[in-house]
Order: sequence, then structure tokens, then C-alpha cells
Amino acid sequence: MRHKKVRSYAVLLAASTLILAGCSSSSEDSAGGAYAGPVKDTPGTINVLAWPGYAEDGTTDPNVDWVTPFEKATGCTVNVKTYGTSDEAVQLMQAGGYDVISASGDASLRLIYGGDLQPVNLDLIPNYADIFDNLKDRPWNTVDGKNYGVPHGRGANVLQYTLGKVKEPTSWSVVWEPNSPAKGKITAYDSAIYIADAAVYLMSTKPELGIKDPYALDQTQFDAAMALLKQQKPLIAEYWSDYTKYIGAVQSGSITVGTSWQVIANVLNGEKATVGATKPKEGATGWSDTWMISSKTEAIDCAYKWLNHIITPNVNAQAAEYFGEAPANSKACALTANKDHCKLYHAEETDYWSDVYYWKTPTEACLDGRTDVKCLPYAEWVKAWSSFRNS
Amino acid sequence: MSNKVKKYMQQRPTARAAFLLSLPLLWLLLIYIGSLLALFITSIWKIDTFTSKIIRQFTLQNFIDIFSDRAYFNVTVRTLFVAICVTIICAVIAIPMAFFIARVAKPKSRPVLIALLITPLWASYLVKIYAWRTMFYPEKGFITWLISPLGGQSPGFGIFAVIVGLTYLWLPYMILPIYAGMEKLPTSLLDASADLGAKSGKTFFNVILPITWPAIIAGSIFTFSLSMGDYITVQILGGTFQMLGNVVYQNFSLNLPFAAAVALIPVIIMLVYLSGIRKSGALDNL
Repeated sequence: MRHKKVRSYAVLLAASTLILAGCSSSSEDSAGGAYAGPVKDTPGTINVLAWPGYAEDGTTDPNVDWVTPFEKATGCTVNVKTYGTSDEAVQLMQAGGYDVISASGDASLRLIYGGDLQPVNLDLIPNYADIFDNLKDRPWNTVDGKNYGVPHGRGANVLQYTLGKVKEPTSWSVVWEPNSPAKGKITAYDSAIYIADAAVYLMSTKPELGIKDPYALDQTQFDAAMALLKQQKPLIAEYWSDYTKYIGAVQSGSITVGTSWQVIANVLNGEKATVGATKPKEGATGWSDTWMISSKTEAIDCAYKWLNHIITPNVNAQAAEYFGEAPANSKACALTANKDHCKLYHAEETDYWSDVYYWKTPTEACLDGRTDVKCLPYAEWVKAWSSFRNS
Repeated sequence: MSNKVKKYMQQRPTARAAFLLSLPLLWLLLIYIGSLLALFITSIWKIDTFTSKIIRQFTLQNFIDIFSDRAYFNVTVRTLFVAICVTIICAVIAIPMAFFIARVAKPKSRPVLIALLITPLWASYLVKIYAWRTMFYPEKGFITWLISPLGGQSPGFGIFAVIVGLTYLWLPYMILPIYAGMEKLPTSLLDASADLGAKSGKTFFNVILPITWPAIIAGSIFTFSLSMGDYITVQILGGTFQMLGNVVYQNFSLNLPFAAAVALIPVIIMLVYLSGIRKSGALDNL
């Protein structure tokens, strides 16, 4: 899924798309305004940049395909390119050559402010009406009152523990505190965005720091989060970003507790229940992904049709089930193959998501609305993370 | 080729040489030197801190960042340490093995031994490293199984596992040049040494080692440079341990100029290493 080897090809591709982008003629200028419509039946080709499992065209598994029906119905040709991390997605999108993208919140803002995406006219997307209300008009898909896309699905970064090795934890303290019973067998996510997980824990353990939003950290709050990460480092067996490696480590017993995705727990519990996954009392970080349209697309009609198609109840159900996350379309829950899917992923429980802090790109202007201090932008997070991991 | 061109080429050796060399030179200049230059130029640029887009404006900030943060000094030292350890261990294992194949084994069995030596190179790098990963698992791994009767346990993932993995990967690159060097060793010299009363140890240190030294150096260039740049083995076997390649990998997508600046560190170390070797004259006989 978010596999590392993909990256080397991504570099090659980024280089080649850069050249292609330079050669192609400049596209229509859509400065500011969204497409007025109506969506016409213009045939065309769209290049889709997606998380693996989000736009399956049958090449991974012949039975998993919701791209071909779209092509047949609309006459639009779809080329899918998958990426491994949000950072890679930003890089590819900036290089150009893609018409639509499924972006997590930590990628979307960077792309919007970089001028790589265009506002979306939601009146042209009938299926938008069925999207869960708590996914609409959120800071990672809406800027200055303009909507930039349609929500696809969401998930929480859960606390996973091996049954029989670790007593069911109710708090993240099991991964942060030096006296943790799982010392030396803990894992953490290997990305700068994990600093937000430290901030989530500090929100309840050190309320005096006044953290309101784990992605809006001023210098004092940020230093406290980094200090917590330094305290955690000796407890860590491995940092993970390749989920297959993570699964292997849990099976072999070298990792017993740590941050995880529901889909990883499901794979591990495939044959018999070996791990539990919980959202501790402090809340958790998570992701909420949005389909967005490039500001430079030349196939605007196909792009709009794609956005409408991908959140159709039955397509959204297929994609969410295949990937292992909560669908964004409220009508998708009735159409999943596993009838318990939405329950398993808490899709319909509004309360469950109230303390899930979706990935966002930290900016210098504090995302929680404070104006008296400056927050650390993501570039500083990355710098600090790189230094921390190599210290 | 038309006769005219043929004749022209025959009459002018310089034109002929230029024609023959043009392709390799193009490769060397454009692809090799060119990419190094691109690396250097990128390292003096900066990025828009929010969108990560490169701004082509001169700055030394990337180098200031590297030198002002002790973490990057430490990671450089750790990387050098691993590369040196891997090179020394490879040499210690490779010298007797190469000597055995070139001198002790029957001439008939030599091709078989060489083939066996190369077989690990037929398997994918990743397969081999993942195999080591399963062996190093602290709880159920092969190493734990092997030494648990003696009361030991696998050291788990970390610098030790990385050194073992890299040594395993690069060993053939050390053995092959040394084997080639030892094969050329005249038997008469060994006979003469024995005739003059030298014991095998003395013959080894005073005759064999000095003559095969350039071959060992050639092998060390492979093992040292390959270890300096590796990051995948470190990701798989390193646990929380990191090397210079990992710094580049962590930063290239968000801050390419900084990653380029870090990538120059192993390049500089290799240049120092190579010029040191050249000065010592070890490459003169090669």
C-alpha cells in the first residue's frame, strides 16, 4: 500500500512528467472560479493519482475493478498512478500531468496554496448530497469558503496491541511512558506527521501547554512534543512506514504495541484473532481523504464525472472495503459485502470521530486560530523529525 | 558504413578514437558528471517552506543546517564506522577464501567454487535482506534458535544486524578481485619463500599480502562505497538506527536541496578515500 519501493519509480516518473509538462501546451486558466458546468459528454483522458486501493482497474485483482465500468459508461479513459506517501503525492502533483488526485489532509492544503488544485462546483456532483455531514466543509478540503473536492473515506490511527502479550490499553501512555510494560517492543509511524501523535497525548497529560489542535503547535508546544518523542525513542523497536514489514514484525513478536491502521489489524486477524485495536481515551490522529481536481486539467468534464463516480454509494462501498476504512457516502454502508463493515470502521458513529484529529499540513499561521503566536510550519516539523531520527 | 567514411576513419586515427570514445564519453560526462553537478547545484537552492517547491536562489543554508546540527555529524560518523567495519570484516573473510580457491583447491573445482561464490548475486537484494530480517527476529528468529541453548538471544535489529547484512551482501565483491589478484601470484615466489625457510605465516604476511594488496584495495572500494550509500538494508535491519542514505531518503521529497546537500557528504568521503588510495600507490599495479 504505502510501500517504499514505489518511490524510486516515482522519482523517475516525476522527472519524466516534468519534461512532459514542460512540453505540453499551457492549459485553460481557471484562476479562482470553479467550473460553471454543465458537465458535457466530452470524451477525454484523465490521469488519476491515488492511494493504492482507491482507484482499482482490475490490474491488481481482476475482481476488483471500478474503473472499467466508469470508462464504459462515460467514454473517458482513465490512467491510474498510485503513490506511497502524502509527500510523494505532493511532489508528483506539483510536477504536473495529473488531472485528479485522492489527497489526504496533510497533502491537500499544500497543493491548494501551491495553486495546483481548482475549486470544485459541488452542484455538478449529485452524489455529494449523501456524504456524511461531518466530512463536509472541513479545513482540509475547504479554503476561504471554497470547496476543493469530495470526501472519499477516513480512518483513525488506532493503538494496536498483541493479545496475550499486552493487557488491553486504554491510554496512549503504553507507547510514551518509560515504565511501559511493552518497553523495547513498541513501534511508531515513521513520518514527521507523527509529531502530532505526541501532541495529542500532551493535550490530555499536560493541559497547561494549551494545545487545542495537534497540528497547530507554537515553539513551546512543539518542543514539548519533541521532548516526548525523545523520551519514547529508547522504547521503540522500529519505526514503521511499510505496513507489510509491520505485519511481519507483529507476527514474529518483535513488536507488540504501537500506532496502526485498522486495515493492518484486520490482516493480522485474518486467520485468528491475534491483535486488538482501540482508540485510547486521549483520542487519535487519523486521515480523511478527498478527491480533488488539478488546476491544469484539460479534461474537466471527465474529471467531474470521475469525482461523481468515485463517491457513488456502491463504488464508495467497494473502495472503502477494499482499502479498509470508513466510507464517506452514507448510503455506502448498506452496500458493503461485509454487512458489518461500517460498524467495524465506525463510519456512522459521529461521536467516534469527534476526537480523531485528521492529518493536516501545519502552517505558520496557527490552524487553531491563534494570532498572538507563530506556529511551526510543516517544513520545520520535517527538519526536526529528520534531526530527531538521526540523533 | 560507406566506403568514404571507412577510408576517412582508416587514415585518421584520432577521428577513429574520437568516434569510438564518443559514446562512453557521453555517458561519463552527461550522465555521471552531469548528475553529480545537478546534485551540487540543487544543494545550493532553497524551497518554499510551505509548498516544498524549489526556489532557484543561491543559499548556503542547507550546509549551515547540516553543520549546525550535531545529529548529522553523528550520523556521518556512524555511517563511516559501519562502512569501515563492513570493509574490514569482508577482507578478513575474503582473503583466506580467495587464497583457498586460487591456490589450494584443485584447478578442476575452481570454476565450481567461483560459481558458488556468485550464486548469492543471482537472488534479489531485497529477498536476501528480508531473509536476514527473519533470522534476526529477537523472539522467533533463526539466530535466537541457534544460540538459545547457550543462553544467548538474537541481538535484534540495530547496527550489528546492519553490519552483518551488508557484509553478507558485499562479500562477493571483495572475494572476486582478491581471487583475481591471487591467481596471478607466481608459484615460484611461494616456493622461494618456503625454500628460504619462511613459515606459512611469514610467507603470507611478507609475500602474499604485499602482492595482493592492490586487489584488496580494489575490493575495499566496492564494499566501502556500497556501504556508504546503502539505506534499504538499514531500513529493514536497522531498527531505529539510521545512516546517511536514510537522511537523504527522508528528505528528498519535501526538501530536495537539503537532501542533495546531505548526499554530497558520502561523495566527498569517497573522493578523499580514492585520492588517499591513489597517493599510497596501491592502484599502480592494477
